[in-house]
Amino acid sequence: MDSDDEINSVQSSEDDFMDDEDSLGEDFDAVEEPDDFGFSQDKDIKPRKQAYEVDFKVWGPGQIQDQQDKQVEEVSAVIGQPTESTAILLRHARWNKERLIESYMDKRDEVLESSGLSEDKEGSASITKADDFMCDICCEDGKDLDTFAMKCGHRFCVNCYRTYLASKIRDEGEAARIKCPGEGCERIVDSKSLKLLVTEDLKDRYHELLTRTYVDDMNNLKWCPAPDCTYAVECGVKQKDLTKIVPTVTCSCGHHFCFGCSLNDHQPAPCMLVKKWMKKCEDDSETANWISANTKECPKCHSTIEKNGGCNHMTCRKCRHEFCWMCMGVWSEHGTSWYNCNRYEEKSGSDARDAQAKSRQSLERYLHYYNRYANHEQSAKLDKDIYLKTEKKMTQLQSSSNMSWIEVQFLQEASQALQQCRQTLKWTYAFAYYLARNNLTEIFEDNQKDLEMAVENLSEMFEKSTDQLAGLKVEMLDKTSYCKRRRIILLNDTAENLKSGMILIIPNS
Amino acid sequence: MALPKRIIKETERLMAEPVPGISAVPHEDNLRYFDVKIHGPSQSPYEGGVFKLELFLPDDYPMTPPKIRFLTKIYHPNIDKLGRICLDVLKSNWSPALQIRTILLSIQALLGAPNPDDPLANDVAQDWKTDEKAAIQTARDWTSKYAAPE
Repeated sequence: MDSDDEINSVQSSEDDFMDDEDSLGEDFDAVEEPDDFGFSQDKDIKPRKQAYEVDFKVWGPGQIQDQQDKQVEEVSAVIGQPTESTAILLRHARWNKERLIESYMDKRDEVLESSGLSEDKEGSASITKADDFMCDICCEDGKDLDTFAMKCGHRFCVNCYRTYLASKIRDEGEAARIKCPGEGCERIVDSKSLKLLVTEDLKDRYHELLTRTYVDDMNNLKWCPAPDCTYAVECGVKQKDLTKIVPTVTCSCGHHFCFGCSLNDHQPAPCMLVKKWMKKCEDDSETANWISANTKECPKCHSTIEKNGGCNHMTCRKCRHEFCWMCMGVWSEHGTSWYNCNRYEEKSGSDARDAQAKSRQSLERYLHYYNRYANHEQSAKLDKDIYLKTEKKMTQLQSSSNMSWIEVQFLQEASQALQQCRQTLKWTYAFAYYLARNNLTEIFEDNQKDLEMAVENLSEMFEKSTDQLAGLKVEMLDKTSYCKRRRIILLNDTAENLKSGMILIIPNS
Repeated sequence: MALPKRIIKETERLMAEPVPGISAVPHEDNLRYFDVKIHGPSQSPYEGGVFKLELFLPDDYPMTPPKIRFLTKIYHPNIDKLGRICLDVLKSNWSPALQIRTILLSIQALLGAPNPDDPLANDVAQDWKTDEKAAIQTARDWTSKYAAPE
């Protein structure tokens, strides 16, 4: 499912396709007019938002840190607590500023207590030597032993404290909510104490984890799921809107993903359908295929039956119903002519076949969509192979046709467009499986057909040999921008209908 | 590997001042491995039974909790067929300041206060919730059948 990431994620600049306005046919003037206007005026202006796009912002690691610091400072000023304690309070309140300030004003002590900041004993956090001390963790004692305790007074030797923090940070990946090692103590180790105790090699990891919890706690922030990517994306789409919006975002690393479920871009299908679909595919696609190809159903009890030999006189193991495998009619009507099924017109036989056809229909319907879905997935993989060869092709083209590097860029662009369109097409089939039949669905299917045709055309061209490719440049550029256009039209149309609730999803499908 | 001071001290203290109703004896060839016996608490369906457990102190003990398992069959909603125990201090609420003796006391307390709302053995917890009387009787039967003192 994710093998096609890297390719899809190569960022395609949104205004590329706007350069080729002339090459587009007359057929979608009506749809595109407003956009054309905006773009041709000034290409530097950020493209107007399409209906299928959502607003989002990408944050780097440093910016996330700044964001946190700023919030801590803000709240610290309001509630009059030092920044270390405020940071703990905020983390405890899962960064819900308003609620924290409100509850702090109402019941200060309770809030402090629950986030482990209650003031039990006096004494500031520092490393000291204590008389008459034995560490409860390692049982070492002695006057020279460096010890540490927070305000809660649970004192341990510094070595044990360090080992404890290290095991929490390194092994358990905890950062924001590490508790005092004292038995049953709820006090959270604050950042000042951590600074004092955590060894250099763990500091980076600690800060990384702190930032991680910050992003995890914020509803409008999500990590980019691409491997080793350190960016987070901010998007205002709420969980409850996910039935109407498919919030695909693009990280600065180039990865396209859905903000709602963190899966790869699955426009135009909404998250819940994607989830349902993937589960369904996992469960039954192969099995369903086999069942469809190799079995029939008992006309009476609908048990699935595989005929593995013998004559056409079938007796259902389950309900003992006797029928003919050929015409599905009741066996008794066959009389003695069983070996030569000539009962095709028999009423009971055709009824049974009708019923069977109906029950098979839903299976066939699913397989129809599944096969197309899987086909695009497969093709995208194959296109990816081609993409990997593109660079080689480009060099070949440069040497064989005196074209400059810039001039052969069209190949890469075509390849990216192919990937993106296939990804979209793939999901249109999953989506279509859940659509109820109405006029809008027909329009959707028309759009789907147009895009599919365009994609197949481009894909075919892409496979031509290098010497032919040079001559096809203009045509390929045309096709590429046509594909992109068709994709945008399809996505826009679907997004608008989804938002307005005009597209009907088959219930319980 | 030399045995850490902490383990030596704990073992010494377990021998010198044993907890009533609980015994923990280290194996001679492996001082991190203990044979444990816990007496069922009075006023509980486990009263009169002696339950055998095994306890092992992992390398990073006391930073990680000891591994403990019931060897005697027991009918309890928080202890499963394999003898594994569902107890917060053995998992998320472990603190390096806790000791073998405190943990064993917690286990004894768990025998006195089964918690079917946070079950490990689902079937047992179900019995416990639908017909507590019958469940307690089963626990008693199992105690006399499997945990009779030698």
